[in-house]
Amino acid sequence: MSEQKPFTIEQFYKFLKQQKLMAGQCLKCRKIHLPPRPLCDNCFSQEFEWVEVSGKGKLLTYTIIFVAPHQFQALTPYAVGIVELENGLKIPGMLQGLTKEQLKIGMELTLDFGSCNTTQQWPQWQRYCFKP
Amino acid sequence: MSRFGKHDGLLAREIFSEAAHEAFIRCPKLDPKGDVKALFIGHMGEAYEHQGHMGAAAADWAGLTGIPATRTESACASSGAALRAGIYATMSGLADVVMVGGVEKMTHRTTVEVTEYLAMASDYPFEQWHGITFPALFAMMATAHMHKYGTTEKQMALVAVKNHYHGSLNPKAQMQKEITLEAALSSKCVAWPLKLYDCSLITDGASCIILTKPELASKYTDMPVHIIGSGQASDSIGLYERKNLTSLNATKLAAKTAYEMANTKPKDVDLAEVHDCFTFAELMAYEDLDFCPVGESGKLIESGETRLGGSIPVNTSGGLKAKGHPVGATGTAQAYEIYLQLTGQAGKRQVKDAKTGLTLNVGGSGATSAVHIYRRDAK
Repeated sequence: MSEQKPFTIEQFYKFLKQQKLMAGQCLKCRKIHLPPRPLCDNCFSQEFEWVEVSGKGKLLTYTIIFVAPHQFQALTPYAVGIVELENGLKIPGMLQGLTKEQLKIGMELTLDFGSCNTTQQWPQWQRYCFKP
Repeated sequence: MSRFGKHDGLLAREIFSEAAHEAFIRCPKLDPKGDVKALFIGHMGEAYEHQGHMGAAAADWAGLTGIPATRTESACASSGAALRAGIYATMSGLADVVMVGGVEKMTHRTTVEVTEYLAMASDYPFEQWHGITFPALFAMMATAHMHKYGTTEKQMALVAVKNHYHGSLNPKAQMQKEITLEAALSSKCVAWPLKLYDCSLITDGASCIILTKPELASKYTDMPVHIIGSGQASDSIGLYERKNLTSLNATKLAAKTAYEMANTKPKDVDLAEVHDCFTFAELMAYEDLDFCPVGESGKLIESGETRLGGSIPVNTSGGLKAKGHPVGATGTAQAYEIYLQLTGQAGKRQVKDAKTGLTLNVGGSGATSAVHIYRRDAK
C-alpha cells in the first residue's frame, strides 16, 4: 500500500503522525535507511520498500541543554540524545521525563510519537521524543 | 589578519579590507591589481548582515574588483575550504596568484541569534528541529568519550586554561587574559558537560593569505611558507548517522591525505592550530591527528606537551577559544598563525625552531574537515 509514497523525510514525518516509525529499505542491496532517502548511498538504487521499525532502543549518548534557541527556551534545561534502534539504526531526539541522575548510556528508551505543535507554514513535522 | 574581537560600526567587507591591507604590506613585491588573479573567501552566514554574495563584496573592498571572486561556504570550515580552492586554482595553472581568506561579523547580534545562525551548520530535520543546539552536538560526543575512555570535565577545562594563556600572548586575540581552572570549571553550563569556558567566542574578524606556485614564490616574497600537504573530507551532515561518536572521520580522512601528500608523520609536526570550537573538540583532534593514541587525549593535555614550551604546542594563537572564532575567517587565520610561527614572527608566543606546522579546520559537527601541512623550506 505504501510503496508508492516517496522515500523522503517529509513522508517519514507523515508516517510518524500516523504513529508509525518507517524506514526505507533498498530493494537492491537491502540497506535500511532511517531517515529514508530517494537514492541509496550504498548501491545508488532508487528502488525501495517501506519497513516498520520498532521504537524501542538504547541510549548511545546524551547532553543536557541549558542555552537554547528562542523556541525551546521555555523547556530548559532539557535532555537530548542519540538512540540506537533495531538493525543498528540511529535517531536523535529529546529525552523526556528523565533527570540528569537517571540518564545513563545504554539505558532502554521508547519512542513517543509526540505531536506537531508548530504554527509555522513549513515544516509541519512531528516533534517525537524518547521516554523511559 | 584583522584584530579579532568586537568591531562596532564596521561591516564584514570593511573588516576584510584590514586583513587584505596587511597581506599586501607583507608582500611588498606583489602588485595587487596586476598579480592577484582570483579571490576565494570563506563566509558562513548571510543572516548576520543580511548580506550574501560575499565573494564580490570582499573583492570590491579589497580593491580587487574585476577578478573572479567566489564565496566558499562549509560552515566553520569555510576558509579552510577557500584555502583548498586556492590550491586547486594555482596548481591547475588557471591562476598564478590568488588571495584566499575569510570573514565574519557576528557581535552585533544577540547570543540567541548567533546560536540560531550557527546551528544552521547542523542537520535541520532531525537535529535543529528537535532543539539540538550546536554545542549539544559536541557535548554528546564528549559524553560518549567520557563514558568510553574516562575523559573528564577537568581535562576539557585544561584546554581552555592553556588556550587563554596562549591568547594572553597574542596582541590580535579577542581575549588576552589568562583564566584559572576553577573559573573554567565553575562557569555556567551551556550543554552539559560543556560550560561557558568550554565554548569558543562570538567574534568579528577577517583573515587572508596570498597563495602562489612554489616556483613563483620568490618573485613576491623573501619569506615564503610552503604548503606541502592538503586534505579535505566530508561526513554525514547528521551526527546521529555516524558509526563512531568519539572521533571525526572527516578529520581522519583529511589528515591521512595531507600527511601522505606531505610525506610527513604526526611526530614531525612542531606545532598545530586545531579547531577548538569547544574544548572537547581539541581533545578529539589530538586523537584524530594521531598526536596521541585513541582515548588518551585527556592525558596529553594533562602532560602539558601541547602548551607553549611542550613538545607539540597546539593553538599558540589562543585558538578559537581565546583568539576568537569569526567562523568564516577561522581557517585562514589558522594558516596565518602558522605563517607567523614558521617565519619567526610570532613574538612572545614564538615556538623555537618551528619548521613544520599543521592546521585543522572543522565545519559543523564534523561534516567537513580541512587539514593543511606547512613547512618553512620546500622539503
